[in-house]
Amino acid sequence: MLTFIVRRVLWTVLVMFVITVITFIIFFKTPGVDPARAIAGRNSNPQVLAEIRAQFGLNRPLFVQYALMMKSLFISRNLVSYSNQGLLVVPEIGAAAPATLSLVFGAAVLWVILAIAMGLAAALLRGTVLDPLLMIIALIGFSTPPFWAGTVANLISQSSLHNTFLFSWVPPLGYTSFAQSPTLWFKGLVIPWITLSFLYIGFYARVLRANLLEIQNEDFVRTARAKGLRERRVLLRHVLRNSMITFVSLFGLDFGALVAGGALLTEVVFGIHGIGFLTYQAFTNLDLPTIMATVVFGAFFIVLANAVVDVAYAWLDPRVRPT
Amino acid sequence: MATLLEQVEPDAGLQPAIVGRNPWALAGRRLRRNRIALAALGLFLLIVLMSVLAPVYAHQIAHENPFAPNLNGTTIVNGKVVPVMQQGTGGLHLGETPIGPTLDPHHYALGADDLGRDVAALLLYGGRSSLQIGIASAVICCVVATIVALIAGFFGGVVDAVLSRIMDIIWAFPVYLLAISIATELLTHSNGIPVGPFRVGAASLWVPTFIIAFIYVPYVYRPIRGQVLSVVNKEFVEAAIAQGASNLRLMFSEILPNVVSTVIVLLPLMIATNILTESALSFLGIGVQPPNVSWGTIISDGEDLLYTRPWVSLAPGIMIVLTVLALNVLGDGVRDALDPRAKLRVEG
Repeated sequence: MLTFIVRRVLWTVLVMFVITVITFIIFFKTPGVDPARAIAGRNSNPQVLAEIRAQFGLNRPLFVQYALMMKSLFISRNLVSYSNQGLLVVPEIGAAAPATLSLVFGAAVLWVILAIAMGLAAALLRGTVLDPLLMIIALIGFSTPPFWAGTVANLISQSSLHNTFLFSWVPPLGYTSFAQSPTLWFKGLVIPWITLSFLYIGFYARVLRANLLEIQNEDFVRTARAKGLRERRVLLRHVLRNSMITFVSLFGLDFGALVAGGALLTEVVFGIHGIGFLTYQAFTNLDLPTIMATVVFGAFFIVLANAVVDVAYAWLDPRVRPT
Repeated sequence: MATLLEQVEPDAGLQPAIVGRNPWALAGRRLRRNRIALAALGLFLLIVLMSVLAPVYAHQIAHENPFAPNLNGTTIVNGKVVPVMQQGTGGLHLGETPIGPTLDPHHYALGADDLGRDVAALLLYGGRSSLQIGIASAVICCVVATIVALIAGFFGGVVDAVLSRIMDIIWAFPVYLLAISIATELLTHSNGIPVGPFRVGAASLWVPTFIIAFIYVPYVYRPIRGQVLSVVNKEFVEAAIAQGASNLRLMFSEILPNVVSTVIVLLPLMIATNILTESALSFLGIGVQPPNVSWGTIISDGEDLLYTRPWVSLAPGIMIVLTVLALNVLGDGVRDALDPRAKLRVEG
C-alpha cells in the first residue's frame, strides 16, 4: 500500500513537471512573443527593455528562467503577471477560485441528485415508454454544446421574459461573492447551475441505468433477495450502491476537470470570472506566469480528484479495499 | 485466406441446420433491425447532404452570397419588398428580429444577421466546416490512436510503458486548455505553419482538425490498447508466429481485425465529441478562422445579437444538437450491434 502511494505521488509530481515544461516551451516557441516588451509596454526604449530582461531574468538560459518562475510560483509566491502590471498571480487565482467552486459545487449537487433519480427511474420503468423517453432526454443533455446551453438560458432569462414574473428575479450576468450578498450570490448562480448540470445529468443517468441493469443480474443480488431482504433495501444497499462505482469515479474526474478550468465555457457565457475564465484570458494575452499558475492549479485539482476517487472506490466496493 | 476458411468449415453433413455467417454480416443485420439507429443515420446523412449542397442553396434558391455584407439590399416578406435591415416590431417576445425567420427558402428563411447576410445560407456553409472538421479529426484521431495502441500492445514492455505514459501526460491536461494552448500558439503563425515541405495557412480548417484529433488520441488509445492486450496472446497469434509471420503482418492482419470493431464503435461518438469541441473552440475565437464559418463561429457572432436577432445563435446550436444527437444514437446502435455483451444485457 505504501509503495503504491509513494509511486503514485512520484508519478503525479512527474506529470505536473512535464506539463509545466511543455507549457513553458510552447510559450517560448511562439513567434512574436517578447515578455520584456509585454512588461515594459509598447513604446519602450531598448535600454528599458534590457533592464527588464535583466530584472526578470529573461536574458538567462531557458532552464534558468523556468527554475526562477517555479521558485516565485511555489516558494516566494510573488510571481507577477506579464500583461497586467503589478498583479500577483497567486492571489489572483485565490480570488478566482471561489467563483468556480461555487459554480461547480452547486451544479454537482444538482446533477448527482437528478442523475440518480433519472437513472433509477429509467431502470425501474424498463419496458415502459418512459424509459426510452428519459434516455432521449439524457442524450439531448450531453449532445448540447455547453456554451450554447448558456446562450439559450441567457436568451430566456435576460430577454423579454425577464420582465415577466418568471424571470424577474434573475440578476444581470456576473458573479457576486457570497460574503457580499448571499441572496444575490444564490440568485446569480441558479441559472448557471441548471445550465452546467443539464450537460451532465443525462450522461450520468445513462451510465447509472446501464450499471443498474447489469448489477441486477449479479449473484449477490439474488442472494440478498433469497435471504428475504425487503425490496427497497436490496435496491438501495445492494444494487444502487454497487452501481455507483462507475458513477463515482466518473464524477470525481469530471468534478476535478471542471474545477481545474473545464467550466471555462459556462464561465465565459455567464460572465463568471473564475479559474477557467482566468486561464482563457491568460492564454489569449499570452501571459505566461498566469498560464503556468492556472495550469499547475488545474493539474493539482485533477490529481486530487483522482486520489479522492480511489478512496471512494474502496469505500463503495469492498473487493478493491487494500488489506 | 479463403481456402483456409473453407477447410475449417464444419462438415455440412453433420450440422445441416447451421449456416456460417461472418460477424460483420450479423452485426449489420442487427443494426438494420434497429429502427432508431437507422433513423439517426438518416438524419445525419441528411444534414451532411444539406451542408454539401450549401453552394447550391445559396446560389440557386436563396440567391444570396452569405459571405458578402448586404446592408442596403431588399427582400420580399409576405409579398412586400422590404429592406433587409428593417427594424423589427418586437412581436416575437424573444428579442427583436429585423428580418425574422421568414420560413421562405427563397427570401431569408432564417432571417439576416447584422451585416444583412442570409443566416440559412451561412448555416449550411457552417455545417460544411463543422462536419468536415468533426469527421476528419475523428478519423485521424482513431487511426493514430489505433496505430499507437497496436505498437504499444504488441511490443509491450518498455515500448508500452513509454507510449502509455506519454498518453497519460497528454490526458492530464484539461482537454479544452490543451486545445487552447496549441491553438493560440499555431494562430500566431500568420504566414503559415510549416508542415514538412508544405505550409498550412493559419486560417486553414486543417489547424483545428489536427488540434482536435491530437487532444483526443489518449481517449481513444486506452480502450484500443486494452483490446490489443486481450488478443495479443491468443492462440491464433501464436499460430501466425509459428508460420513465420512478420511483426507488421501480425499487427495489421492478425490483431487489427480483432480490435477494429472497438474503433468502429468509437468513431461516431468521436465525431460527435469533435463537433462539440470544434464549436467550443470556434466560440472562443480560436477554432475556425474567417473567412471560413462554422456553427461555432456563427453562434459566437450571434452572441452579440442575442437580444435583437436570436436566430443567428439559435439555428446553428439546434443544428449541432441534432447532428450530435443523431451521432450518439447511431453510436449506441453500432455498439449494440457489434458488442455481444450489450446484446446479453438487453436480453437479461
